[in-house]
Amino acid sequence: MSDPITRIEVRPKSGFADLLARRAAKLLDLPPTHLAGGRVYYLRAAIPDYRAYQLAMNYLADPLAEEVIIGEDTTSECAWSIEVGLRPGVTDNEGRVASEILAQVIGYPLEVYFARHYRLKELPDVRVERALVESYSERLGNSLIEQFRIAHRASGESPLPWQFPAVGPVQLPRPFAVIELPTTESELLALSQQRFLALSTTELRAIRDYLADPAIAADRVAKGLPVAALTDVELEAIAQTWSEHCKHKVFNDRINYRQGDHLEVIESGLFNTYIRGATQALAARCDWLVSVFEDNAGVIRFDDDYLLTFKVETHNSPSALEPYGGALTGICGVNRDPAGTGLGCKLIFNTDVFCLAPPDWSWPLPEGVLHPARILAGVRKGVEDGGNQSGIPTVNGAVFFDERFLGRPLVFCGTGGLMPKAVAGSPAWFKQILPGDLVVMVGGRVGRDGIHGATFSSDRLSAEIPASVVQIGDPITQKRALDFLGEAREAGLYRAITDNGAGGLSSSVGELARLSGGCEIMLDVVPLKMPGLEPWEILVSESQERMTLAVPPRCWDKLAQLATVRGVEVSQIGTFTDSGQLVATWLDKTVASLDLKWLHETGLPRRTLEAEALPVEPGPEREWTPERAMADVDLEDQTSTLLALLGSLNICSREGLIRQYDHEVQGGLVVKPLVGSKSDGPADAAVLRPRLDSDRAIAISNGLGCCPEHGDPYRMAVTAVDEAIRNAVAVGADPDHLAILDNFCWPDPVHDPRYNPDGKYKLGALVQACRGLHDASIAYGTPLISGKDSVKNDFLGRRPPVETWPTAAPLGPGASPDELKLSIPYTLLISAIGIVPSAVRAVTMDFKLPGDLIYLIGLTRDERGGTQWAKLQGMGGGVVPMVDALLAKRCYRALHQAMQAEMVTACHDVSDGGLAVALAECALAGEIGSRCDLSALPGAAELAVAAILFSESAGRLLVTIAPEDRARFEALLTDLPVVCIGQVIASADITLKVRGRVVVRAAVERLKRSWQETPQW
Amino acid sequence: MVEKRVRALVLTGYGINCEQEMAHGYRLAGARVTIAHLSDVIEGDINLDDFQILNFPGGFSFGDHLAAGRALANKLKVTRSFWNRLKKFIKDGKYIWGVCNGFQVMVKLGLLPMIEGKFGEPEVTMLANDSGIFEDRWVRLLVNHNSPCVYTRSLNELVLPCRHAEGKIVVRPDLRERLMAAGYVVLQYADEVGVPTEKYPFNPNGSEAGVAGICDDTGHIFGLMPHPEAHLFFTNHPNWTRKKVELFRSGIRTLPVEGEGMQLFRNVVRQAAEDFALMMPGEIEFPNLQPVGN
Repeated sequence: MSDPITRIEVRPKSGFADLLARRAAKLLDLPPTHLAGGRVYYLRAAIPDYRAYQLAMNYLADPLAEEVIIGEDTTSECAWSIEVGLRPGVTDNEGRVASEILAQVIGYPLEVYFARHYRLKELPDVRVERALVESYSERLGNSLIEQFRIAHRASGESPLPWQFPAVGPVQLPRPFAVIELPTTESELLALSQQRFLALSTTELRAIRDYLADPAIAADRVAKGLPVAALTDVELEAIAQTWSEHCKHKVFNDRINYRQGDHLEVIESGLFNTYIRGATQALAARCDWLVSVFEDNAGVIRFDDDYLLTFKVETHNSPSALEPYGGALTGICGVNRDPAGTGLGCKLIFNTDVFCLAPPDWSWPLPEGVLHPARILAGVRKGVEDGGNQSGIPTVNGAVFFDERFLGRPLVFCGTGGLMPKAVAGSPAWFKQILPGDLVVMVGGRVGRDGIHGATFSSDRLSAEIPASVVQIGDPITQKRALDFLGEAREAGLYRAITDNGAGGLSSSVGELARLSGGCEIMLDVVPLKMPGLEPWEILVSESQERMTLAVPPRCWDKLAQLATVRGVEVSQIGTFTDSGQLVATWLDKTVASLDLKWLHETGLPRRTLEAEALPVEPGPEREWTPERAMADVDLEDQTSTLLALLGSLNICSREGLIRQYDHEVQGGLVVKPLVGSKSDGPADAAVLRPRLDSDRAIAISNGLGCCPEHGDPYRMAVTAVDEAIRNAVAVGADPDHLAILDNFCWPDPVHDPRYNPDGKYKLGALVQACRGLHDASIAYGTPLISGKDSVKNDFLGRRPPVETWPTAAPLGPGASPDELKLSIPYTLLISAIGIVPSAVRAVTMDFKLPGDLIYLIGLTRDERGGTQWAKLQGMGGGVVPMVDALLAKRCYRALHQAMQAEMVTACHDVSDGGLAVALAECALAGEIGSRCDLSALPGAAELAVAAILFSESAGRLLVTIAPEDRARFEALLTDLPVVCIGQVIASADITLKVRGRVVVRAAVERLKRSWQETPQW
Repeated sequence: MVEKRVRALVLTGYGINCEQEMAHGYRLAGARVTIAHLSDVIEGDINLDDFQILNFPGGFSFGDHLAAGRALANKLKVTRSFWNRLKKFIKDGKYIWGVCNGFQVMVKLGLLPMIEGKFGEPEVTMLANDSGIFEDRWVRLLVNHNSPCVYTRSLNELVLPCRHAEGKIVVRPDLRERLMAAGYVVLQYADEVGVPTEKYPFNPNGSEAGVAGICDDTGHIFGLMPHPEAHLFFTNHPNWTRKKVELFRSGIRTLPVEGEGMQLFRNVVRQAAEDFALMMPGEIEFPNLQPVGN
């Protein structure tokens, strides 16, 4: 017998905009008049039509603008109908809210499923076959998470009923399955692959050795566990804990690094040697560091009463498959990191950086790869919903386009928080747990969504992936949980907190358990989204919106009571112990027992990886001949090149995108992402006042290094650090009170003869980049406080049937000719957070008043390799940008002094597109012109005009000051590479001269048009 | 003697997210402010009778599912006890203010504009922006001097940020003329020359006649889409760095501290103090912001 289902459709009355239809028409490239849309609510209850109508009109529809239809609509004129609904088990936010409200009205719980309904009218000149409608539905939804109902209404076909999740009794799952560890390599490998474990045979052998320990065996006998084998619960917990995602193996393994004939052994690994190493070297100088690399996010001091936390993560694999869900869970996921740091904090800003293939991509797509425009639209919307609905301002970000991101887009999401220095007298950044404290889960329930996320992202992407790794987040449920946790913290109701992210409970409880020395989790009491989950699934599921607490037993009643009133679910799921073991039970039967120290510290075998430096070819001997580099000397007019650069994908305005993020909520934003007289110029960084009662502010910025082909990873890392710091300094941050975070995204750097024949070079490049990061961090005196890496950013699939392919990566012998591997370029995102001593001394980049003098700080060299200019010219190779970091640091300090003396009226970093683009941006933001003579630059005589205008040498800033401040300003910057290059003028045009000749002349309005007219996505 | 100051209640919970800056506006205006979770108000732990001003701040209550503000309005509507207390609050001549999502909630609840005086019967609604998207954009607003609105008294123009996806105000056709004529319209989006407009982007949502904020006929119940609480300070203004340079150049080295949104808080606190014979807020309430520590 089928369930009673009541269908309610809500659609706009005639005369009111039909947004669903409008969006669909845009996606399908159809005239909007041929589509109509409706929101459909399926109520799992038998409700008389009149009552359903009444409920819908009162609670679901807008009586002034919408109408309601009960039951299937058989009368509306249309050729086809398409309905898109979420697959069973995927988070259905609209359905959940409808259910919460209706349940309150009718007085009993009620399940509601939501679907979007589209009616497609006959199209003129097109015969619409079922296949076409099916392709439409694929564009309207994503079959990974959604299901479709298509019906040819013209022939009277009625749509098939939806598959709703089953209700009623479900068979009780067995406690565990016994997994024998086979003896041969190939069987071990097969086991790892079948279960998506991403464990190597060496790791599986280490598990076997662990089981062979007589003491372990005796303990297992006593607990009724298999002795020479594991339970599936245990194996899955180990796989999640040891995944690349959770353990960052590549950054901790021993590395043999070869550079020519020289061999160097990086004994303690990349992280300890270069990243933690740099911070340790700086720690004595930076007394404002509070907690680094210890917790879910880095912690630094803000003022006498408060601390700042900041964390940036990537969510690349999920975003490649389901861009909206991937980015939404990305931003909501990274929210939980600061929220789970120390005793938690108030979240005060989000950041987002996307690296994608160009949205106008016109090559065919390999199966399993989504079009970059679709990915961009999805991830943008995901970050919008995640940030806006959570009430966290999105204040800083970037979008970078490069063909090499086709197979794997990068989605970086960051979140900062403000933490009181102390909660009830004890330091708020510090966690402790006592044996006997309760393990408490807060927020969402556990479902089958998000199983194997950690192991999945630790492997290359292919067309075959389990759908369970993709999730939709629910920002409001999370906000309610985090608001509740804020109250609980104030009331002192818990002792420690952490987030449930990758690896689920096995990870979160496992890590907290190290503080007390053990734990016991009762998997049978964990609240579930749907019945029937197996114990191992409950332990490793990464279902969103959950936090884990350690709660003293005496606080439980109060916590539970507060949660009930706030409508937040909390459950006791176990106890912290000092047994030294992670124990899980199912209906009082032990289903897992693992030594905690072995699991987290001693068990994972360290590998020795091979790395080799590829000789860096700076280029002149490649296609970049000195003749060609200087060939433009006589090219007088560079205006068209400048306009083309302003309109190019990596430079053009991001206004359309930025405006869809709420950057004002919480009321503290001082320098917004868009600045200037019409608020449409590109800010260098955000300045935020986290306390409404204090003038002290913070700057948030980023520097993105993306290595050109045959580029220099060392330089890439150094200039990324410089860019992040320079951007922050440009808006007024103190260069001596800045911290940075690193996010490495790399193609797989571990050699594999078939799939990754050039792996050792990629690892070599990673070593070089880590050295660059280390050296830059030390030179600038800017410590790293947190970071994350993602080192499997490759796609393996089938080559589309075209003759040549632009971005394929090499495969080794044994690979079939139609196999296609796509690898991302070496990418390093540096995010910076720093102190702006006084908000009213912050500076924006727009030219302000006629007469102001324009200065360039920093040295310009011919470093056009891999620049936006080279890309426009189609030139590969060339010398890539670099910076003298020690000199730059002195410049930034001096500039900061000038800002503190309130001399600087505008400041802008010189980056993508070089000096000419930076000058144009200052002018178009201020809607005011300038005249500059660039012959005054040090060394200008040796440089081609195009190098002067478009080289991207790092470490440079444009600054304007009032003419009367000239002497004071120059005195502050004595002995530094600073030169006055021109003046802001009253007329709205810019003129740039080199060696007596005008090389650029354009109306500011024309510059602005070029910068803005590139299509917004 | 205990000071009897004006008390403002700022609601939070269920996805409301502008409660902190809203509360701060009241603090700076000299009121005593309480931020309370709606569930505490519904449960009766917080007594509405203790307050003179009730505030529905901006946010994304229930994630804007069903429609912006509708789920929260539904929840309040079906909670009879709250509904009745709210009625009494209004009858007592007290003040209710909604911003953005809070305004949407009030409209869907039928608290505004109450042209026919029927409590709880929606007369206007709020639809998706014509652009179809959420936008964060500062707007210029004209104040209607014929409006009885207490909050905007003495103001001519305001510059405030809009941050919404559903801000297009649509009036029940039979009430349109009365709404426009009788002073219910408090604020209108204005174009570059200061004329009310339906033109994007000056009017970010396509609202008819540029209507951005409305009140009831007493001027005590008021809702608007733009965010006054996001412009409490001079440094909130998108162009403050230019203004600063201009002031410095004209020889003025002291910068204003207060933003344009503050006056609305001052107006309502002052009037509530007068109405209910409470302590008048002092003139110098605005603290000089000093950096704390280093």
